[in-house]
Amino acid sequence: MELRAQVPSGPLEERWTRHRSEIQLVAPANKPKHHIIVVGSGLAGASAAASLAELGYEVSCFCFQDSPRRAHSIAAQGGINAAKNYQNDGDSVFRLFHDTIKGGDFRAREANVYRLAEISTQIIDQCVAQGVPFAREYGGLLANRSFGGVQVSRTFYARGQTGQQLLLGAYQALSRQIGRGKVRMYARHEMLDLVVAQGAARGIIARDLVSGARTAHVADAVVLATGGYANVYYLSTNARGCNATAIWRAYRRGAAFANPCFTQIHPTCIPPAGHHQSKLTLMSESLRNDGRIWVPLQAGDTRAADQIPDAERDYYLERQYPSYGNLVPRDVASRRAKDVCDQGRGVGPGGRGVYLDLRDAMARLGRHVIVERYGNLFEMYERITGEDPYQVPMRIYPAPHYTMGGLWVDYHLMSTVPGLFVIGEANFSDHGANRLGASALMQGLADGYFVLPYTIGHYLAQAALPKMDAGHAAVRDTDAQVDERLRTLLAGKGRHGADHFHRELGKVMWDECGMSRRAEGLKAAIERIRALREEFQADLYVGGSGAELNQSLEHAGRVADFLEVGELLCQDALHRDESCGCHFRDEYQTPDGEARRDDARFSYVAAWQFMGAGKPPMLHKEPLSFEVVHPSQRSYK
Amino acid sequence: MSGVVLHVWRQAAPATPGRFERYQVEGVTAEMSFLEVLDLLNETLRARHEEPIAFDHDCREGICGACGMVINGRPHGPRRATTACQLHMRHFPPGVEIWVEPWRAKAFPVIKDLVVDRRAFDRIIQAGGFVSVRTGSAPEANAIPVRKHDADLAMDAAACIGCGACVAACPNASAMLFVGAKVAHLGLLPQGQPERYQRARQMVEMMEAEGFGACTNHGECMAACPKEISIDFIAALNRDYLRAAFGAYPSEGAGEPTEG
Amino acid sequence: MRRLLRLSRSLVGKKMLMAVTGLVLFLFVIAHLFGNLKVFQGPDKFNAYAEGLRTVGAPFFQRGELLWAVRLVLVAAVLVHAWAALEVSRASWRARPQGYRLLAANDTTYAARTMRWGGVLLALYVVYHLLDFTFGRVNPAYEPGNVYHNVLASFRAWPVAGAYIAALLVLGLHIYHGLWSAFQTLGLNRSPTAHWRRGTAGVIAALIVGAYITIPVAVLAGLLH
Ligand SMILES: Cc1cc2nc3c(=O)[nH]c(=O)nc-3n(C[C@H](O)[C@H](O)[C@H](O)COP(=O)(O)OP(=O)(O)OC[C@H]3O[C@@H](n4cnc5c(N)ncnc54)[C@H](O)[C@@H]3O)c2cc1C
Ligand code: HEM
Ligand code: HEM
Ligand code: SF4
Ligand code: F3S
Ligand code: FES
Repeated sequence: MELRAQVPSGPLEERWTRHRSEIQLVAPANKPKHHIIVVGSGLAGASAAASLAELGYEVSCFCFQDSPRRAHSIAAQGGINAAKNYQNDGDSVFRLFHDTIKGGDFRAREANVYRLAEISTQIIDQCVAQGVPFAREYGGLLANRSFGGVQVSRTFYARGQTGQQLLLGAYQALSRQIGRGKVRMYARHEMLDLVVAQGAARGIIARDLVSGARTAHVADAVVLATGGYANVYYLSTNARGCNATAIWRAYRRGAAFANPCFTQIHPTCIPPAGHHQSKLTLMSESLRNDGRIWVPLQAGDTRAADQIPDAERDYYLERQYPSYGNLVPRDVASRRAKDVCDQGRGVGPGGRGVYLDLRDAMARLGRHVIVERYGNLFEMYERITGEDPYQVPMRIYPAPHYTMGGLWVDYHLMSTVPGLFVIGEANFSDHGANRLGASALMQGLADGYFVLPYTIGHYLAQAALPKMDAGHAAVRDTDAQVDERLRTLLAGKGRHGADHFHRELGKVMWDECGMSRRAEGLKAAIERIRALREEFQADLYVGGSGAELNQSLEHAGRVADFLEVGELLCQDALHRDESCGCHFRDEYQTPDGEARRDDARFSYVAAWQFMGAGKPPMLHKEPLSFEVVHPSQRSYK
Repeated sequence: MSGVVLHVWRQAAPATPGRFERYQVEGVTAEMSFLEVLDLLNETLRARHEEPIAFDHDCREGICGACGMVINGRPHGPRRATTACQLHMRHFPPGVEIWVEPWRAKAFPVIKDLVVDRRAFDRIIQAGGFVSVRTGSAPEANAIPVRKHDADLAMDAAACIGCGACVAACPNASAMLFVGAKVAHLGLLPQGQPERYQRARQMVEMMEAEGFGACTNHGECMAACPKEISIDFIAALNRDYLRAAFGAYPSEGAGEPTEG
Repeated sequence: MRRLLRLSRSLVGKKMLMAVTGLVLFLFVIAHLFGNLKVFQGPDKFNAYAEGLRTVGAPFFQRGELLWAVRLVLVAAVLVHAWAALEVSRASWRARPQGYRLLAANDTTYAARTMRWGGVLLALYVVYHLLDFTFGRVNPAYEPGNVYHNVLASFRAWPVAGAYIAALLVLGLHIYHGLWSAFQTLGLNRSPTAHWRRGTAGVIAALIVGAYITIPVAVLAGLLH
């Protein structure tokens, strides 16, 4: 396998524009002859499916929820970045590009990131035209807010529901095409495998989750927009259904998996309350703009928050990072929270929590301002914890949130399997080792609206694809393998449902491959995961049949894949003997506890190739060169 | 808190008759969400090799609109502005008996247990719940200022999560709140003006073809709506629909999807 | 007309027809009330008013012509109103073939929930009322032309007066919900006035019904001779 990034040459600012006008086009009359499968209806998938259909391609779109509108993108709260410079505070495409490269700790491809920053402005135009009700100022123009880790206000938002509004925009565009008969929508369908014929991606095997029927879908290209795999940690801020099955199956069919260990832990989530906790809820990062984070100075201090005088509180972020204070990037904020809890200074049940306190802001700005800014977040907090955040400070703790890693793609967003394109959070993306707040929505929409529709044409115009139908041997073989896998799962007559194994896996991943990692811990985790896989095989119970709505079966299939993803994640973390961005190896830190990057040895994208079941995967390296932004030590002090 | 009694509607398939089944669930804590209680029950059922209860859910933070069931006669349960997934057990007295039913409407047929088919909502949006804008053809975002008040009101309407509780709660099983929210959202913004009246007509036609009932202004939908969407938007829909019928807007070609 | 027909094919359109006809009936109820209150001015004035109803519009109209025109409008309104009510109700019954074990009521009112049967009761009441005062079939003491006498004769029998009062309460409920509902249906409710329209409808309904009820009560109490 060779990693050909296909990055065009020339000055950074002109690459995309030039390249876009040079790549091949599909003749209008030929577009309807090409069938494209888009798996996923989140920001990336819905925007891509709608745009491709508009261009005239025949499109089929899949999602496992009952409606494309429910894709996990709906849950994004904070906002979306764009280099509009509406605030006149010195923002520019270059600055957004620079911030993203730096925020990602120099582990992303310069050309891709530049393109992303460039396209960002068009996304806002597009969304406004679709009727996305972004927040506005009294003059009627768009409002912005600032978001962690940067010094300009470039984040566009729609209350605390930006992801919802952007997704509804894309969903409506998609709906329009469905209504026109240009997109066939398969809701409640789960992709269970990728069909590869003569070395090219030619279709998928999906399961109709209502009838249980397996169906084969043949196409000229397949686009995966299936989101991230943070649910490998069991408890995360992701929706319960988020899974790695689509990308994992593609990985097993030859698509390289890049930087799996780059997973982001979000600092401001509501801490878990007990064993039956089924997911963690994110509190918008915007709270850090006005909130102060602290823990008691003394370990084991069990007084209520309001009983602890200021002198006995440790505002540890303000103390350690005088210039950024509570606004340090996510990875730093998360690790410091873990540190103070490890020191026994954590608050709340189990000592896993720190205070996020808006008392001072309330005194300074007045309660009504806080109500206006954060009222709905406070309500959400109250709903979940039963505590009134106007009276007692909120408790927060980091939680798995986002995965920078994903399937490796070239500049055209094509994976190592020709004809298999990967967009949105599912690809290894433009965020390097750490994503900045409000940049995932931007990337998903950039990929789906403005990049893929061009680059996929280039592929289709060139590829000489033989005619194929569902009777093709490759389709039949893949289908038989899926059938076999489902049968094995259904045959399980053990003691535990898939949840049990998922929870166990999550514990291992969180403890050993979470906010900080160590070589021995990772090795032990790999052993434990392998053992867990065996237990899973021996002791799983699914029940029911494959010919009906069977949620136990769906979950079991996803957990089976997570049990493999987890191992690769640990392996990648183990091989990367450096700390960078969200990947923090205890062994590699500066004396004051900051990440120590090793550019000499690790300035590359680690792309793993599947070599067969039970065999170790093979590592391929895509070297990263920085022509414009020179790697430096991140400093937020 | 510890034991609760659940009476859950069990129905194997759309055409088979359903019935309530009684379950005693132990080990429930005040911190658990209602769906976590169902998780817990399902885990026990699986351990007994019995069929777990099917229910829709995904985000579990009140935004995706996947969850939804009638809990003691109230869609999404007793708390205002709260989805089933965000409903916590501390709001129930210990030992409480809870009856759980699926949304009931002809347009939302039961698939299994508490899972219903809500694709009718998607088809309503497909009939006109959009602004026709080709990717890449949009003007500069700040070219058209929008009054903050209008933008805020549009956002109020746009907050709908498409859960269907409004239909479930409506004595007429009417979908007017859902449709009204979308028509108002787009109709309040300058970008939505060109297709405004046509949109209202097409969405209403699709809504009626799907078999939803007629609104007689009970207001139950608003009480059940987890996003507290106001029935003012139903009035707004009626207004636009009336103008579509009598105003100087093209009334031919109704029902055809817009081109362009 | 074509547009009206198309409107009448959709449920939302039928609701609008109901609202418009309901408002026409509502206007009649108000006008009728003003007329009926003249009963307190004594037999001469009241009978003169009744006579006036038949001669109003002269010289353009012959005796009774205008009255008949109004009657036609009323009959049409009632027919359309009732037909639309039936259609809309049937659509709603069809929309939920399987009911709930329990569906709690939160924001709806008793008035809203009794619109359908209340409407049927009103229809029955009007039939009885016509037989009573217009055709004199159920009023043994009926004297054509002596409206004052007819009213008093009827209401002196307390069961009749009681039935009238009950019907008027039903009418009150129907107007309370109907008036607000009609504004909502015709899209006239906008913020911020939308929030006090409901209360206003209640006040208007109460005033109307209260005023009507004074008549049977006054007769029973022997205040009118
Ligand atoms: C709580 C939360 C808050 C966030 N806030 C922000 C924010 O403020 N700003 C920001 O920029 N980013 C934010 N993010 C990140 C951002 O929301 C996501 O990265 C982004 O939405 C991912 O979009 P996507 O289109 O790639 O995937 P998703 O939206 O996850 O969509 C995945 C789609 O794939 C489908 N799918 C998956 N697997 C299969 C399968 N096997 N078969 C068929 N279909 C399948 C699903 O049905 C779904 O339609 C947030 C994330 C979370 C969890
Ligand atoms: C023939 C007997 C009648 C029947 C069967 C009837 C039935 C109904 C029904 C079912 C409704 C819909 C309920 C709702 O919107 O919640 C309604 C509405 C209404 N009715 Fe009647 N009604 C009758 C007589 C009257 C009378 C005499 C009046 C006048 C006072 C009246 C005024 C209204 C009004 C104003 C509405 C509101 C219309 C709307 O919301 O669209 N109705 N009626
Ligand atoms: C105390 C209450 C009422 C009194 C005393 C009363 C009295 C009368 C009288 C005396 C007439 C006959 C008039 C005539 O022939 O000249 C009449 C007619 C009529 N009333 Fe009433 N009425 C009352 C309430 C109502 C109500 C509540 C309604 C409707 C909901 C109603 C509807 C009618 C109608 C439709 C007619 C026939 C009008 C016509 O001749 O065209 N009345 N009423
Ligand atoms: S209007 Fe409210 S209740 Fe109805 S679908 Fe939308 S969010 Fe749910
Ligand atoms: S409850 Fe039903 S009747 Fe109308 S106001 Fe709401 S849709
Ligand atoms: S599960 Fe998403 S709203 Fe309840």
